[in-house]
Amino acid sequence: MLCANDCMTEIPDITIEVSHLVKTYGSLTAVDDLSFTVKRGEIVGLLGPNGAGKSTTMRILTGYLPANSGSVKICGLPVASQAEATKHHIGYMPENNPLPEDMRVSEYLWFRGRLKEMPRAKLRARIDEVLELCDLKRNRHRILGRLSKGNKQRVGIAEAILAEPAVIIMDEPTIGLDPHQIIIVRDLIASLRGRMSVIISSHILPEIEATCDRVLIINGGRIVAQGSPAELRREIFGHTSYRVEFAGHNAAFAAHLTTIDASLSVATVGDCSGDGFCVATLVTTAPEDLGEKLLQRLPAGGYRLRALHRTQPSLEDVFLAATRRSWDARLPDKKVQNGDQRQPLPKI
Amino acid sequence: MRHYFTILSHEVRTLLYSSSTYIAAVLFLGVMGFVFAGILELYGKAPQETSPAVVFFQLFWFPVFFMVPLLTMKSFAEERRLGTLETLLTAPVSTTEVVLGKFSAAYFFYILLWGSTLGFHYLLKVYARDARFLDPAPLIGGYLFIALSGLLFIALGILASALTRNQAVAGILCFTCLLGLIGGFSYLGELSALNADGLQPLKNAVESLRIPAHMEDFTHGVIDTRQVFFYFTGAILTLLLSILGVEAKILNS
Repeated sequence: MLCANDCMTEIPDITIEVSHLVKTYGSLTAVDDLSFTVKRGEIVGLLGPNGAGKSTTMRILTGYLPANSGSVKICGLPVASQAEATKHHIGYMPENNPLPEDMRVSEYLWFRGRLKEMPRAKLRARIDEVLELCDLKRNRHRILGRLSKGNKQRVGIAEAILAEPAVIIMDEPTIGLDPHQIIIVRDLIASLRGRMSVIISSHILPEIEATCDRVLIINGGRIVAQGSPAELRREIFGHTSYRVEFAGHNAAFAAHLTTIDASLSVATVGDCSGDGFCVATLVTTAPEDLGEKLLQRLPAGGYRLRALHRTQPSLEDVFLAATRRSWDARLPDKKVQNGDQRQPLPKI
Repeated sequence: MRHYFTILSHEVRTLLYSSSTYIAAVLFLGVMGFVFAGILELYGKAPQETSPAVVFFQLFWFPVFFMVPLLTMKSFAEERRLGTLETLLTAPVSTTEVVLGKFSAAYFFYILLWGSTLGFHYLLKVYARDARFLDPAPLIGGYLFIALSGLLFIALGILASALTRNQAVAGILCFTCLLGLIGGFSYLGELSALNADGLQPLKNAVESLRIPAHMEDFTHGVIDTRQVFFYFTGAILTLLLSILGVEAKILNS
């Protein structure tokens, strides 16, 4: 399985296949019957509270830690029995991005490239390329131990993409970066879309939302929710809410709403200001967008409207709800179909 | 073994950048220089029966005690402390290659430092203007012994470093192991409890494991294959244990 160039052609459509993975540390179950797949070119975000098993899962994927049971296949090859072959397909940046302190940036990349069996001639050009990509050209001769946190992080990313692996695994790539650098790193990860499969874990939720095609929310070693951010919203909350500012007959408002759409109800009515306008939050389980209907039918019913806003639960809300649900119910991670009946969620 | 030379050159460079290498080198050359000057003084006062080279190697254990820990304590302990062991082992390399690479780099420096003491003997020859002072036989025997025993000593240092994430603990563990290996067997051999008839084979075994005795044999031109075998198998066994140690520590990480 020695291939530097020709491997890319034989990469299957599913690059990561995890099935029924279990890892225990003594009596603690870090990963509990975890199964998921990642397609070629997909960017997947791994979300979860501290100790959810994100880092452990990533370490098992790289072949660094052995699992207790279950299987992991990288590009169709089992990690457990063909560790060396699968490591060729992986670029990995561990948590906190450890780097040797007394090497220069270019020396380090050269050493890592040689370990990954890149031919010398190709490696030289490739190092220039990744330094350019990661905006490290000016720092190429600096010593790693003296680099700033952001630059170190970018060296870690440069190292992960150096050998152009099919799978890139990054454990919290943006931790400790300033907003400007976060955007650089985000764009960098987004530029890998379509070419490489990327798994990133992060606590920074807007980040995941901006870059990832799919999100896996893990808690207690299990997947508690998965899908694109939009799907997750629908799945976890199951309802859409609107915020309206209206003036008119308050008592009949709720009754009028049901004539617009049967599923519409008033969740809260806020304080009314002096000019007669009240703020209300409406909730609906209707799958379609009711915005236009509301805009047409509320004035028709004699209400004056000055603002209508469809409120999206942020990924943060989804994350909190999903992890809380798993703590509350310890539900098995069954695939929830759209329109499935589900227990009411705790209000957040 | 495709990555052996990549790791070896990386490790040699790491050792070149490390301050402990220079401390080891300065201490070693200083101590050995004083020892050599002392020997010359002794020989200048009165004629002696043995060649100066034989006396020179009798004190081989003293630099070993500080040099081996200083050269090896960093190898795995530092990588584990920084967390770079994880990045190293998730590259397509095997633990065997990593252990062998680190071992070879430390051994290379060990031999390089001992090799530099050849200069002492050369200076003696130049200034004494007498070829008899540079008796090649005990020198060849002595350096052969250093090269052979170094395999085992350095392997012990690597093992000690593989077992902990603290350099100081690794260094002291290595020192203790070396003390037990070099001094322990001599001490055991002198125990009167071993003088009983039934324990004679045990006493013989302990006697034949005395490392200072091996050194005497080598410098007197006796190269015993049993001793060569002892150092080779000892080094291989210790390196195997180091590989297992590195992998076992990952399981519990």
